[in-house]
Amino acid sequence: MTTVLEKPVRKQPQRLGISPWWLLAPSTVLLVLLFGWPLVQGILAAFQAEGGAFTLANWERLFGDPYFVEALLNTLLLIVIVVPIQLVLAVGMTLLIQSKPKFGGLHFYVWAIPLAVSDLAAGLVWLTVFADRGYLNSLLIGLGLSENGIAWLNYDNPTTMLLAVVVAEIWRATSMVFVIVVAGVQMMPPDYDEAAQVFGASAWQRLWHVTLPLLKPSLQVALILRTILALQAFAVAQALTGRNFPLLVGETYQWYVNLQNPAVASAVALVILALSLGTAVLYMRALRQPSAGGPR
Amino acid sequence: MAEIELHNLVKTYPGGTTRATDDVSLHVADGEFMVLLGPSGCGKTTLLRMVAGLELPDDGQVVIGGKDVTYLEPRKRNLSMVFQSYAVFPHRKVGENIGFGLRMRGVDPDEVKRKVAWAADLLQLTPYLDRYPAKLSGGQRQRVAVARAIVMDAEVLLMDEPLSNLDALLRLSFRAELKKLVAELGTTTLYVTHDQVEALSLGDRVAVMRQGRIAQCDAPTTVYDLPAEEFVGGFIGSPPMNFLTGTVVAGGDGGFQLDLGAHSVPVPDALSGFSGRQLRLGVRPESFGVAARNGDPGGLPAELEVFEPLGSSVLLTVALAGHQLKVQAPPTFRAEAGESLRLSLPADQCRWYDPETHLLLETS
Repeated sequence: MTTVLEKPVRKQPQRLGISPWWLLAPSTVLLVLLFGWPLVQGILAAFQAEGGAFTLANWERLFGDPYFVEALLNTLLLIVIVVPIQLVLAVGMTLLIQSKPKFGGLHFYVWAIPLAVSDLAAGLVWLTVFADRGYLNSLLIGLGLSENGIAWLNYDNPTTMLLAVVVAEIWRATSMVFVIVVAGVQMMPPDYDEAAQVFGASAWQRLWHVTLPLLKPSLQVALILRTILALQAFAVAQALTGRNFPLLVGETYQWYVNLQNPAVASAVALVILALSLGTAVLYMRALRQPSAGGPR
Repeated sequence: MAEIELHNLVKTYPGGTTRATDDVSLHVADGEFMVLLGPSGCGKTTLLRMVAGLELPDDGQVVIGGKDVTYLEPRKRNLSMVFQSYAVFPHRKVGENIGFGLRMRGVDPDEVKRKVAWAADLLQLTPYLDRYPAKLSGGQRQRVAVARAIVMDAEVLLMDEPLSNLDALLRLSFRAELKKLVAELGTTTLYVTHDQVEALSLGDRVAVMRQGRIAQCDAPTTVYDLPAEEFVGGFIGSPPMNFLTGTVVAGGDGGFQLDLGAHSVPVPDALSGFSGRQLRLGVRPESFGVAARNGDPGGLPAELEVFEPLGSSVLLTVALAGHQLKVQAPPTFRAEAGESLRLSLPADQCRWYDPETHLLLETS
């Protein structure tokens, strides 16, 4: 009797136990081949000497390279300047769209266009603006504000170089933050804002006490994505300045392609990975809702 | 405290073809509890939102406490509101939610604390002041929304279907509580609902709306007893008023009769002008007198089609000269479907309507 009763109970979970693995298998294989294997290879390469023995020489070489420190500082500087500006701009643009202006739909698409432009293309577009004989200098000379134009991207002008990269990055990547924030605002029921209006809140108070707190989850997503992507900024700076304004990913490229040293290139890549993971954890911790269970 | 005056408010939503409110005028006295009642899409919420300042009218005027506020921002109108969805801020604790309006106005923190404690006590929310709304039940969230509205000491209290998201039992108990609370506060209140029972039970007056217009605005008992339009009689009451159409003919005794086909009902002398024309008769289900076949020889013979015992009363569906009627009988009444009954129709319970305008006709 007991065996008869037990059988169907045991059979059910067993059937469920195998089939999910079959369904997961294709994506697992793909992930292992395209991500897992290169990742392992990269980590191994960073710690291996040419014969395959364990070594820290690659790291010593990397840390001894003056370009590495400069690239690290430049990357962090770019994040610290660009991300907050993009966040403020995106929220501002969202509020403008939300106020339902004429041709609001058109504005939305125009502001979202940079999303569709590739990094390198964006870099080249801005190169035509900032080059010695670019649009900006032509304009300045035409207006009589400058005699021969300004060497924006010259090695001797690190400030204007940074400025050019910042402007190009803001133009290129604000639209992503904007799209995320717009989605967040549109998911918010209008009642909260209306309640705040009725209960005496001014426009600023409504933004500060109602809209922004309710937008927190969207802002968190935008911040994490934007910071990690900014860590990977490469093509825009490469197109504008070459190696005059080094960035971390640019260094990876430099070591791998020009210096033919995959081991040190892997070490740089691992530094970027560690920074990305660190930022994500930091944001998650910092932006967690005050009540552990979450008020929503 | 203040009175609300609405003058000829017209509003058409962008892209809409019909007017959401069509030249609506309404006067709510100081301290009065006014209910806007109507089916969905009748414009009652639009009207409320125009008073709140959340919608702007295309034409007309909103006056609160003698001051024209038609185009004033909501926050400058000195009113508070309870939303249908409650709109209790999820990122604020209950206490912060209740005190929100006061803090936005820059009231002294100690005063805010005192008022929040007062409102929380009144609505039995004191144990929950430090919780987030997500940890509250629907009924408690509803109380937070009401508490947030009453701490404001506003001149006008607006409520947009505040009870519609509660379950039936909770709605019943909170209805009475709300009525008591608002009566104690004495605030001028504008209350929107589609629930006729809620409207009749709460309102000092009820404005019944239809297609952007106010069909009738009167005391609850008047709206129920003397519906000014057939629509009002048909909308209020469960089951609604019965309507019978017949032709007015001269009776044998010099008076007039409404010929319903096989039977006739006496018509008041005041309506003799309708002689030879059609007339509509409206009767509430509970206004009929019902007797078994042999009970009342003077009554109208009718056939019982459906017998529904409802506990506190008995609902009958009867056929009278080809018309189907709903009749409410005392709970002790017993009969079988298919039986013949006799219906009596007291003259003072008959309401007469013009078949073309559907408006109530004066009979005295």
